[in-house]
Amino acid sequence: MHPARALLWHSLAGAGLCLLATGCWRGEPAAALAIINGGEPESLDPAIVTLAADMRITKALFEGLLRLDGRTGRPSPGWADSWDISPDGTVYTFHLRTNAFWSTGEPLTSADVLYSWRRALDPATGSDYAGQLFYIHNAEPFYLGKTKDPAQLGFSAPDARTVRVELEHPVAFFLDLCCFPTLAIVPRRALAAGGDRWLMQRPLPSSGPYELVAWRLNDRVRLRKNPRYWDAAQTRSALVDILPTASPNTALNLYQTGAADIIWDKDLMPLELMDVVRRRPDFHNFSFLGTCFFRFNVTRPPFNDPRVRRAFALATDKTRLTRKLTFGGERPASHFVPEGVANYESPPGLAFDPPQAKQLLAQAGYPDGRGFPRFQFLYFSSAGGAKIQGQLAVELQQMWSENLGVQMDLRQIERKIFYNAQSRLDFDLAASSWVGDYNDANTFLDMFTSTSGNNRTGWKNAHYDELLDQANSLVDIPRRAGLLRQAEDLLVNQEAAIVPLYFYAGFTYFNDAHVHGIYPNLLDEHPIQDIWKN
Amino acid sequence: MTAYFLKRLAWFGPLLLVLSFLSFLLVHAAPGGPFDRERRPAAPEIEHALLAKYHLDEPLLKQYVRYLGLLWERDPDGHWRRAPASFNISLKYRNHTVTDIIKQALPVSLSLGLLSFLFALGVGLPLGFLSAARRGQWADYAAAFFALSAVCVPGLVLAPMLVMVFSLKWRLFPVGLWGSPSHVILPVIALGLYFAGRIARLFREGMLDVLHAEFITTARAKGLRETTILLKHASRLAVLPVVSYAGPMLADVLTGSFVIETLFQIPGLGLHLVNSSLNADYTLTVGLALLYGGLLLALNLLVDLVYVLLDRRVMYER
Repeated sequence: MHPARALLWHSLAGAGLCLLATGCWRGEPAAALAIINGGEPESLDPAIVTLAADMRITKALFEGLLRLDGRTGRPSPGWADSWDISPDGTVYTFHLRTNAFWSTGEPLTSADVLYSWRRALDPATGSDYAGQLFYIHNAEPFYLGKTKDPAQLGFSAPDARTVRVELEHPVAFFLDLCCFPTLAIVPRRALAAGGDRWLMQRPLPSSGPYELVAWRLNDRVRLRKNPRYWDAAQTRSALVDILPTASPNTALNLYQTGAADIIWDKDLMPLELMDVVRRRPDFHNFSFLGTCFFRFNVTRPPFNDPRVRRAFALATDKTRLTRKLTFGGERPASHFVPEGVANYESPPGLAFDPPQAKQLLAQAGYPDGRGFPRFQFLYFSSAGGAKIQGQLAVELQQMWSENLGVQMDLRQIERKIFYNAQSRLDFDLAASSWVGDYNDANTFLDMFTSTSGNNRTGWKNAHYDELLDQANSLVDIPRRAGLLRQAEDLLVNQEAAIVPLYFYAGFTYFNDAHVHGIYPNLLDEHPIQDIWKN
Repeated sequence: MTAYFLKRLAWFGPLLLVLSFLSFLLVHAAPGGPFDRERRPAAPEIEHALLAKYHLDEPLLKQYVRYLGLLWERDPDGHWRRAPASFNISLKYRNHTVTDIIKQALPVSLSLGLLSFLFALGVGLPLGFLSAARRGQWADYAAAFFALSAVCVPGLVLAPMLVMVFSLKWRLFPVGLWGSPSHVILPVIALGLYFAGRIARLFREGMLDVLHAEFITTARAKGLRETTILLKHASRLAVLPVVSYAGPMLADVLTGSFVIETLFQIPGLGLHLVNSSLNADYTLTVGLALLYGGLLLALNLLVDLVYVLLDRRVMYER
């Protein structure tokens, strides 16, 4: 071979090998625990995250005044080890731990709390969940730019170890909110230095039980135990990999071959295998705070008539849905707020009653479904557990054709387009679901107030808004529950703006001979620091 | 001829600009925006703030000018200042820039792609050669059958089959993830086999064409050995169709494969190429389209250069 050409080939081959070495060889130590958590996290910034799966990771990195207990799912001390609540329920005084430090060793003080909350309330942060802070005095006007002075905000720090919070009105679930990622404590210096890319800095000060070692998109988030965390003695696994997974089959393969220890995302279990998988001892299921339902677009005839909507609700056999389609222990739902929510009991909902449904439909002018216009059921395409939407749609189509004599078309579209269509009220009926942000009926019921962005039905009811407003200004738990109950009755029984189908069941998939520290609770809350493998 | 190649190179800029404009318009024309999600913020103002942060509330043309970093704006003090370019901000992965994402994913896709490319050539060329050299014999039929099945079985089917046999049954290779050479083998086969089949077929056709040429008859008449004729004289020209196919193919494998990356959970570009548009992550989609476009242009240019090296009769005018 010509020397020049030989040189060219050798250098090409050399470059290729170097590239391959950097591209596919990492030589990192194996993690003590690998969890298949969900899709690739959009963000790990607690002020920005919106998905439950992403929040599980941010909770390991950044903690707030309180945290949720892994056994009960109820608020328990975090960076605040005690707190006082004024008798009228509007002033909370939190006392921070005396030896509070960031993972990098700087002291963690009440100023950090104020900074973090102000940041979440800054429109420039672009926090979806800024509304979680609007219960605090002057927080909403501050967000809207009506009050510019941060000193006017209802939270202050009388000293380095105390945070005083003044609410607009008593909030029964404020301690739950204090556990929410939006209110977590974030590192001011790193944020100032890093901008949107602040999480890329090393060392990154963390306030949670773990530090961020690596975050590679579609590869893994690697967490290392934070030795300066206040409860570090209870952190069970030193190095944890959080694996994002795009395909349910791959997730199960990884689990089967031991590359992952836990799968806890409903959408990452192949729906086709659910019936097999749920019989295995690795399958642990529990009821949790989520409801599958469908929405009416009440602005379009014939669904602007409550009688028609009620007829549809009465003609829906929810037991048939859970018996035929869902396999994870889901329970039929006649009301919207899931069973077991704190301090609340829902009113009995509409039962399955085809004769009454037919009668109502006849009253509305469509005896035996005659003359009823064709309409569409909208749902989105997806892999894994969410695929069930399509099966639900087919089942409902058949059910209503039998029980009401109406013809429904199915329309499946892309997820983003689906949510866009829902927001623009460009649908007749739309498959929907809701998972509670905190353990209180309000996280479900306030979706359907006239001003809520999550309403997406066109249903506006002044009486409903008033009931919710009134309820949320009360400290008296039974009276508050009574008002909320009236509101829910209005929503699902009298007006039937939505039809609840079933309550979700959560599941975690792991071998309990080896993996410990995962407990069932209503909030599907499984703090990573509690979990270990032997 | 150098002038010809320089001219081709100079066209890259305008072409990529047109590409960026077209893809920018297309992604924005698709219904559903980056912030259309299951959960909407509690107040409409929060949603407005979100759109304003990423300038999605501005007219499209203004957004495009901002994307390029050519927008001049008055700051609060009244001075005209150039607004920072927005091409680098991912709307979905808000803690990463587009460059961050490409920097993480490109090396992975490059190694996977390059290895698959080498695998495809390593399997395809000998197979095509064998097929042509043993034309009409059982080896030809066997090789042709293999090549045809490789082309017909898509990665979507091949990959799970490989995983089932080699990972789940025999536990020889991991089922997925990325991080060591053993993770690479199954994806390389799953990605490269199709191309190996195409190459084998192309090379066989090329060889058979060339073997009818007059200079081969001359070589035979001069008494050259058959192997010398095939290896030295025929294959050099027969490889030309493979070379012209190799350019786009390389661009294809280097930018990753959505199917293979999904099935093996490989953190490459292919996942981003598809997901970014599903996520309405406008800037990432356009950024990746530009990367793909640039790579395609560069590799086509490279193919033309290789043509000159392989076949001296090829000349490029002007």
